[in-house]
Amino acid sequence: MSARTSVIADRAGRGRAFRGVFLRELHGYLITPVAWLFAVIFLLSAGAFTFYLGAFFERGQADLDPFFRFHPWLYLVLVPALAMRLWAEERRGGTLELLLTLPIRPWQAVAAKFLAAWLYIGGALALTFPMWLTVNYLGHPDNGVILASYIGSFLMAGAFLAISECLSVLTRSQVIAFILALAVCFLFLLAGDPLVQQPLLALGSDRVANGLASLSLLAHFQAIARGVLDFGDVAYFVLTIVFWLAANVLILDARRGG
Amino acid sequence: MIQTENLGKRYGRFDAVAGLNLKVAPGQVLALLGPNGAGKTTSMRMIAGFLRPSSGRAVVCGHDVVRDPIAARRALGYLPEGAPSYGELAVAEFLNFAARVRGLTGITGARRMDEMVERLQLQPVLAQTIETLSKGYRRRVCLAQALLHDPPALILDEPTDGLDPNQQSEVHALTNQQREVHALIRGMARDRAIIVSTHALDEVRAACNRVAIVAHGRLRVEGTPAELEKRSRYHHAVSFRAPASALACELLARQPEVETVEVDPVDGRATVFPRDGGEIFPIVVKLLEEQRVRVEELQLERGRLEDVFRQVTDEVFAETAVAA
Repeated sequence: MSARTSVIADRAGRGRAFRGVFLRELHGYLITPVAWLFAVIFLLSAGAFTFYLGAFFERGQADLDPFFRFHPWLYLVLVPALAMRLWAEERRGGTLELLLTLPIRPWQAVAAKFLAAWLYIGGALALTFPMWLTVNYLGHPDNGVILASYIGSFLMAGAFLAISECLSVLTRSQVIAFILALAVCFLFLLAGDPLVQQPLLALGSDRVANGLASLSLLAHFQAIARGVLDFGDVAYFVLTIVFWLAANVLILDARRGG
Repeated sequence: MIQTENLGKRYGRFDAVAGLNLKVAPGQVLALLGPNGAGKTTSMRMIAGFLRPSSGRAVVCGHDVVRDPIAARRALGYLPEGAPSYGELAVAEFLNFAARVRGLTGITGARRMDEMVERLQLQPVLAQTIETLSKGYRRRVCLAQALLHDPPALILDEPTDGLDPNQQSEVHALTNQQREVHALIRGMARDRAIIVSTHALDEVRAACNRVAIVAHGRLRVEGTPAELEKRSRYHHAVSFRAPASALACELLARQPEVETVEVDPVDGRATVFPRDGGEIFPIVVKLLEEQRVRVEELQLERGRLEDVFRQVTDEVFAETAVAA
């Protein structure tokens, strides 16, 4: 009985530790200018790209394709910028020592940071709702496709975020974390593109090229954005996120040994 | 209770800490002394669970810090080196965060927080962002975080460092701050096991009842401050101040029980060192009386920690010089 209650107490305690870090992170987004800058730039450029580059009106079609088309490129720059501080700042400021000596497991800290940031990006994404209102006012779009696109966009942001968070733990420098994350995200975004594929094919490694192509974030996002919420595509994003978060936990843990 | 058994940390071929055996019982405040790079911080980080030991183990209140990390950390309050905290948060927010992670919510949490705020006098800065605070306040904020959950074991890495005594205008307040922290540590010690690392030997006298000197990652000497003072050459030495005592000093130096007599060139204070730590106080008094020396001040020395500290670290340097 007592062992049982202690297990329950233990679980409750862990839940609190997780929640504590999650809330602190979320609170951090609401009080730091970087996060607001992220939201403002995201919203402004999402709008600008849609209307100017995407030719939203000129196309004469009631859909949000010109809007979602630019999300991968916005995320490519903005998500690493938002995530670069996640661990690098803790390492430089010495607060990592504080965090990792609190009664919290490394995976909880990694997941709490991830979820808070993901939720924040989700909030910024949700604030693009006027776009959806506009297109519904102007015509009769397929709202199923739009919903799928939103889900796909959110999942893709999560994948970028997991990659960026993991790379942030490698360094004390936020600038290095940003550049690393940008490079790796770019690679995964364009894994199916000739830009990445051709050098690999030239080296004669068809298998590697094919394997990498199947990891292309862009291809999976576009598949979902067409309105088909395929299990494989969703699973791809979820697995990508889990993989990078797991790597993050392992690196964080390995650092204690060294 | 904090205990380490053969605790070691190895970086490549370099032993940062080797074979460290410590045992700190409730009621004890152990001062961890040592020159820079001696392995104090590394040892504390291992006990706190931030670094994984390469060998041996550390146990906090019966919980192995590697095998049962969460329980060990619940039992421990930790002030890391440099007293880090989240600069963008206000003091109250930061303490709230620490309380929440520690599972201190509701009325218990609020009460503990009020207690800490009062004890560390954080009331005036509660709503202020931490990065705008002075070093002294920041240290106290981090200290509050370490004490918040009323832990039975405490590890404080240089708790009074950064209470900078160089700023003239603040001298008084800061030394008071240090004194307050010392009083706090002594107060906490009643039923807790505490390890404090420090450079300041005054701190050892003010707040600690045990001392461990480490150098090059190894424990060199351990005991109560009084025991350590006995190892000093000043132990049982007699010092006095008297004008025109050159002849008396000469005669004292010739006594068989006396090792040597040293006269401070600045204040003229003479110190008579005994041979093999023997008691020479009566001999010195008798000789001074016989010589009719007018003594302004006479003192039996207990021994000096500074001296032991230097002795131990000098030995270590000599060892490494030989090894090289």
